[in-house]
Amino acid sequence: MILNFSHFTAAVLFAVFASVVFGITQRNSPREQFRYGLYCFAMFVGGVFVAGWLMWLLRH
Amino acid sequence: MANSPVTKKSAATSAAPPVSSMSVIVPAVAWLIPGAGHLIQKRWGRGLLLMASITAMFVLGLLMQGRVYMPNGGDILDMLGFVGDVGAGGLYIVTRAMDWGHGAIAHATADYGTKFIIVAGLLNFISVADAYHIAIGKKP
Repeated sequence: MILNFSHFTAAVLFAVFASVVFGITQRNSPREQFRYGLYCFAMFVGGVFVAGWLMWLLRH
Repeated sequence: MANSPVTKKSAATSAAPPVSSMSVIVPAVAWLIPGAGHLIQKRWGRGLLLMASITAMFVLGLLMQGRVYMPNGGDILDMLGFVGDVGAGGLYIVTRAMDWGHGAIAHATADYGTKFIIVAGLLNFISVADAYHIAIGKKP
């Protein structure tokens, strides 16, 4: 089986898995872990959009 | 003689974490099986989430035809890639044993897959450190 994800799908999957690990390992209480995981996910996905628009601006 | 070397040494010794069998076993198990370091310390939720995340990332990387680095002494980037890959422990060993992960250069997805595999290993290093901190009582 071969998977062919788009760049965006791959980036979102990357964000999900990395955020879960960051949330669990970088905070102590379950509530803090959940909040930090969500924060990391938002930063990852937000970074994808910012980088995308920057590349679009450079291209045009 | 409050500031004598002997006093400082004893203070440093008392501040050091106690060496127990768990503090040695946990990092080894956590490296070999992602998330297992938390599971053997009865952190079921954390362990299962770590195991699922790291394993899924590694397997998706392989399915995207990512490349698994070998321990050759060539290019510096290849060596860094190997360090990242080997962090996945048992997943890396099984992949090498089954001769998977040769990668494909025909499409960009394979390059994403290579990065997924490396980052899965690096995330497992973080997971190992976290399991060790729990074992020595530094983290609840």
